[in-house]
Amino acid sequence: MEINWFTVIAQIINFLVLVWLMKKYLYKPVLDAVDEREKKIAAELAEAISNMVEAKKKQDEFQQKNEEFDKQKQQLMAQAASDAGVEKQKMLDSAKVEAEVVKQKLEDASKQQQADLNDLVLQKTQQQVFSITRKALAELASANLEEQSVQVFIGKIMAINENDKKQFIAAFHSDLNPVSVKSAFDLSEKEQKSITKAIADVLGEDGKYEFKTDPKIIGGVELSTKGYKLAWSFSAYINSLEQSIDSRMRNTDIAVKK
Amino acid sequence: MNLSPDQTIFWSYGFITINLTLVTTWGIMLFMVIGARLITRNLKVTHQISHWQCILEMTVTGINEQIREIGLDDPEEYIGFIGTLFLFIAMCNFWIVLPWYEPPTGSLSTTAALAIAVFLAVPFFGIQKSGFLAYLKTYVKPTFIMLPFNIISEISRTLALAIRLFGNIMSGGMIVAILLSISPLFLPIVMKALGLLTGMVQAYIFSILATVYIASAVQESNKKKNLSTQKSTN
Repeated sequence: MEINWFTVIAQIINFLVLVWLMKKYLYKPVLDAVDEREKKIAAELAEAISNMVEAKKKQDEFQQKNEEFDKQKQQLMAQAASDAGVEKQKMLDSAKVEAEVVKQKLEDASKQQQADLNDLVLQKTQQQVFSITRKALAELASANLEEQSVQVFIGKIMAINENDKKQFIAAFHSDLNPVSVKSAFDLSEKEQKSITKAIADVLGEDGKYEFKTDPKIIGGVELSTKGYKLAWSFSAYINSLEQSIDSRMRNTDIAVKK
Repeated sequence: MNLSPDQTIFWSYGFITINLTLVTTWGIMLFMVIGARLITRNLKVTHQISHWQCILEMTVTGINEQIREIGLDDPEEYIGFIGTLFLFIAMCNFWIVLPWYEPPTGSLSTTAALAIAVFLAVPFFGIQKSGFLAYLKTYVKPTFIMLPFNIISEISRTLALAIRLFGNIMSGGMIVAILLSISPLFLPIVMKALGLLTGMVQAYIFSILATVYIASAVQESNKKKNLSTQKSTN
């Protein structure tokens, strides 16, 4: 158990050489590799954190967009609901108006129908009244009445106004046929002469006359030449009354229709 | 019976003697350097690395951590010395599992050489860190009277380092040799395993003590540094 000093020195040198070699081939490369890996991991971590931050940012952005979208959706829904309400109201109003029109039409039709019915009833009544009147007057008519009728007719001829007189004269001159004188009963010669005389007085000249009997005129006398008629008869009165009532009824109908 | 591999001499020429200690040391050196070179040749910095690289990295970073824990702030500066000390002693002691192997650490010359290396490394690192005078001043602290005691302590601890390692390893080899003569089966294997454990522990103790010594020498400069940083912050 002794120390060999050459061995000691040699071992010291050996150890120092080993230290140098190990530094070069072991510690330095290994520590460098570890450092590099740590740096790499740190860089990767930093990148991961940055990615995470980016992802969070994107997520926030997306969430915000989503919220905005929801908001818009709700607004659109509300708008649509409001529009639908307005449209509904419009349609309801339009339907009401249409219903009103249809109702009005129905009412009008009903009124028209009523008016037509009234008209019909009136016409029938009128026809009936005239028929009764005609019948009553026909039954009352007689020769005496005829004589008085002739007198009245003559009076009417005599009392003709200037305008009618001119028309009568013009019609008389333009007609080549004889002047037609109708009566319900046969006129006596005397009556015929007095009528002829009265006419001649009006015309200022004699003419040809044709006397006819027509029971339709019920009672009275009618004188007619081309385009001109002068009469005093029950039939004329009734016709005139009929025309007057017809015309008034027509006017009333038009007013109702309006 | 040879107590030390120094006594097995292959060649000698006067003062120069090539003995088993030196030859074994060279063999171990060669093995360590080639092994390290082979593994570190293809180091990868990706996440997937080879098993050997992983073992190597764990060893190196483990040593680094140990140095840092003892109080040396820049372990990269000391890992060359301390790490090699540990790995060399551990490697020398590891192969005792092989029959007829005689560890170089079983030679007092080797352990003395390593102790002398530590003895020299302590002032080397101390002066490197805090300067020559500042390092010398540590010998007269806390008072001038402590100077001889400090010197004695320096020498005695170096001696203790050498003798401790030598004694432990040599005794392990001796026990195995003695047991082989008494009971050649089984028991020597157990003792070898125990020797392996002792060897590893001794490697750890030797390098830790060396680290502590260096740390105590370097601490002076650390104190200075701390004081100056405190002043600058104030």
